[in-house]
Amino acid sequence: MSHPSIYKPGTAIERWLDRRLPIVRFGADFMDFPTPKNLNYWWTFGAILAVCLVIQIITGIVLAMHYTPHVDMAFASVEHIMRDVNYGWLIRYVHANGASMFFLAVYIHMFRGLYYGSYKEPREMVWILGVVIFLLMIVTSFMGYVLPWGQMSFWAATVITNLFSAFPIIGEPIKTLLLGGPAVDNATLNRFFSLHYLLPFAIFGIVAIHIWAFHTSGNNNPTGVEIKDVKKDTLAFHPYYTVKDGFAIAVFMLLFAAFVFFNPNGLGHPDNYIPANPLVTPPHIVPEWYFLPFYAILRAITFDIGPISSKLGGVIAMFGSIIVLFLLPWLDTSKVRSMRYRPVAQLWFVIFIIVCLALGYLGGQPAEGDYVLYAQIATAYYFAFFLIILPLLGIFEKTKPLPKSIADSVLKADRPGMTPIAQAAE
Amino acid sequence: MATKNSLRAVLIAAAVSALPATAIAAGGKALDYKHNHWHFSGPFGAYDKEAMQRGFQVYRTVCASCHGVDELSFRNLGDKGGPFHLDACPADMPATTDCSKPSENPVVKAIAAEYEITDGPDDSGDMFKRPGLPSDKIPGPYANEQQARAANGGAYPPNLALIMKARHHGPDYVYSLLTGYETAPASVTLGAGQHYNPYFAGDMSQLLKPEYRDEEGHPLHGVEIPPGGVLAMAPPLSDGVVDYADDSVPETADQYAKDVVEFLTWASEPKMEQRKSLGVITMGYLLILTLILFFSYRAIWSKTDH
Repeated sequence: MSHPSIYKPGTAIERWLDRRLPIVRFGADFMDFPTPKNLNYWWTFGAILAVCLVIQIITGIVLAMHYTPHVDMAFASVEHIMRDVNYGWLIRYVHANGASMFFLAVYIHMFRGLYYGSYKEPREMVWILGVVIFLLMIVTSFMGYVLPWGQMSFWAATVITNLFSAFPIIGEPIKTLLLGGPAVDNATLNRFFSLHYLLPFAIFGIVAIHIWAFHTSGNNNPTGVEIKDVKKDTLAFHPYYTVKDGFAIAVFMLLFAAFVFFNPNGLGHPDNYIPANPLVTPPHIVPEWYFLPFYAILRAITFDIGPISSKLGGVIAMFGSIIVLFLLPWLDTSKVRSMRYRPVAQLWFVIFIIVCLALGYLGGQPAEGDYVLYAQIATAYYFAFFLIILPLLGIFEKTKPLPKSIADSVLKADRPGMTPIAQAAE
Repeated sequence: MATKNSLRAVLIAAAVSALPATAIAAGGKALDYKHNHWHFSGPFGAYDKEAMQRGFQVYRTVCASCHGVDELSFRNLGDKGGPFHLDACPADMPATTDCSKPSENPVVKAIAAEYEITDGPDDSGDMFKRPGLPSDKIPGPYANEQQARAANGGAYPPNLALIMKARHHGPDYVYSLLTGYETAPASVTLGAGQHYNPYFAGDMSQLLKPEYRDEEGHPLHGVEIPPGGVLAMAPPLSDGVVDYADDSVPETADQYAKDVVEFLTWASEPKMEQRKSLGVITMGYLLILTLILFFSYRAIWSKTDH
């Protein structure tokens, strides 16, 4: 940890332990971590995400005790969980809706990082590790969606693994490796189950490093101004932020529970209650809602670019939409971290959010007619935001004066730096 | 202020572009489903037990000749919340019997015994027939998909135990389909074994008579394509086909459809009542927890200048 330890072992046991394994010190330092006193509710999503991960792992382990990863039995074993396992319906609905809640929280967490410039020096590693976690979440949830072996499971697996065949030379071998054979079948289901069980623990490990990284750099905060005076600018993580995060987690759980108990299938697709059938293609193959923006980008490339076929172009665009996030710390050239003091960047940011929502909508529509054009425009904006707008804004934007310190920004009642969007965001 | 105005412009532009794009669907669309008020809808909705029992009767008399309920066992009928669950035994039963257990429920045992189940192999290696037990799965009408298709002109009658969750707006859809059969419009020709239903997803433009199409087979300009599609299932319900024990319940196709929807919704989501009641408790618990945490937050932070 980057801050000096103030832990004093109180008892003889603690003194004994502290010389051999300073685990109590580790916990105490974690709780004392000096945290900027001006963090708003957007900062609670980190804790919410940690809770989501733990819920997914616990419910997932229990589900795995009753689930059978075999093409002839997987669908029936899920129904067995729903009907015969004690509270199996609850565990499965929590796990299925938990994936949606996890993505909802991670998207808010990422937009928060984007708005307040949490990826900028010295937090590049925090951001990059976050993108790695996001990438692993995508892979994990995709594989998890295949496990019930319904129609959407099967056809999602078919469509997505088929994407890899777009790459020349290496494409087909990669696809065969993913599927464990020439087509989606029992081998596919088995390896997806194995990896779906493995990857959450990888996520857990990277989350630990993600937290380590921002405990080294310190938290960003809504002003983007670094801590100048630990006494004036910060509060101990516990109890100030444990209680604030706790409140936010409880509110989030209310939303979570509303879905689990009163609309558990609202975010799913009815076709996944039909057993997988390789001979019947569903009329509209759509991914879960949290993949729709990427699905829209994939399908937006309907034209060949030189030697690149439209299919390969779509795959490159879809992967590129995530790869570009890795480069973000170096694409944004602005010296000012928080968009609270970047009035022009704020506008482009709002458009970016609208474009992401629009991509989500378009991903759920058939790829025909005007929808294709809209998706192309939105895709173009998505990439332009990172590759053109952010680099140029850093050069041309006239930013507002920053507060002298975090304490200064907190104590000024009339916060002159606040713009309407920043106010709405808090 | 400049920021505020340009923000407004952006939001308006976004709202305008989000207006529904022009409909592009090629074929005819199915009609919007009839919206019935179901006993089980809403956060406090529960199943109507008598309607479920009647619905099971409709299923057995009418649907079961072609459709299975693959995920259901006889014992499920006597589960808590199921159509034939008993809290206490009828008066003439021995005191040691616990009729709240599906395996001892006399109604469930009687229903199961009416079916013949293939079991075995026995000690000499032969399969044998025996009356059904509560623990048996409710047998479907066909041995396999091929047999089902052969008996239904190539169509495969879907499993009904999950039908409500396997269709968008399942209960309204099934009710609309069952009560929505119509004589086909004059502009189309139906094949043998095809039945027109405006609520069934399909593409009626394929069935337009030749005089309504151009040389390439596309519908002529201005020709109205009928909504819905055709399916292999003939209208299954008609007034009076099922004889209800309760004379006060009308024996109409509409009532049968409502009752069978009640039964099949339970079959799709048998834990719904348990789920909702646990949900109410959970939400109440979380609300109190949220309030406690909120006031703790206010109390702890009140000592800081922020």
